[in-house]
Amino acid sequence: MSAKRPPEPVALIKQRRDRALAALVGSVPYISFLGVSFDRRGDELTAVLRYDDKLIGNPLLPALHGGAIASFLEVTAIMEVSFNMLWDDVEGGRIDVDRLGPETLPRLPKTIDFTVDYLRSGLPRDAYARARVNRQGRRYASVHVEAWQDHRQKLFAQATGHFLMPPRDG
Amino acid sequence: MDETSADKARIARQFIEAIPFSRALQMRLDDIGEGVAVISMPWSAALIGDPTRGVVHGGAVSALMDTCGGAAVMSHPQALAGTATIDLRIDYMRPAAQGQRITARAECYQLTRSVAFVRAEAWDEDQSRPVATATGAFTVERAPQTDRGRS
Repeated sequence: MSAKRPPEPVALIKQRRDRALAALVGSVPYISFLGVSFDRRGDELTAVLRYDDKLIGNPLLPALHGGAIASFLEVTAIMEVSFNMLWDDVEGGRIDVDRLGPETLPRLPKTIDFTVDYLRSGLPRDAYARARVNRQGRRYASVHVEAWQDHRQKLFAQATGHFLMPPRDG
Repeated sequence: MDETSADKARIARQFIEAIPFSRALQMRLDDIGEGVAVISMPWSAALIGDPTRGVVHGGAVSALMDTCGGAAVMSHPQALAGTATIDLRIDYMRPAAQGQRITARAECYQLTRSVAFVRAEAWDEDQSRPVATATGAFTVERAPQTDRGRS
């Protein structure tokens, strides 16, 4: 029986994955403009839209702007697809997180179309979203996103989008 | 434009320019009336979604289209000044050029008692090819006395 390699220390694994995510998120100015951050559990991402007065679309209600909601959902979908790609490259040893920068980060997928379904008005508080890649091929991906506020089962918006995958080497 | 339309246009302009998220994106109402609105926003480094090419994020274009669609509905002769987006689909044809202003034109082409149907297009400074097109449905409140065109 050949000697097994000792398992990688958990702190090192977490640090590598968190740094990969931070590099990816940090490369897109619009994400910080919106005030979106990402919580990671393994490869599962939850996007968090921190409430800010500038996100309001109807000051009388008040309610979040439909465009802010659409932006939040589209950002979540793109990051889901991108982080999946980056995860494979980082965990497969093809990309070294210590050298992640504008030159080494994978190109982002391009949105082909995006349809937002506004289910109820967005309340003036934090919002959360998760995306699910329903189908991904070499060229196209189809992604569904769900967003909620107080109750996970009570969505306030959902969206479906199609994305053009960046060309891959090899 | 008759007086009522002029009033509605003025109310719509004040309403739109008071929207916090539209202000954050520096949107400007260029034209409005009779169910058509034109709104533009400048390119800004804060709105970049693709860092390698300086391209504005699709979400920011969505926000412009959504605002413009809502404005078109509010300016419709048979609608009151209140609306919310039911759904909005955007098709992205090409990236908007770095540094160029993006302009959206939305038209509320059909109105029922409770739903306004909208289509919109957006361009950068090259007006021959759209950056994006959109179709959407919005909620609508009709003026109580108006009974024309009821479906």
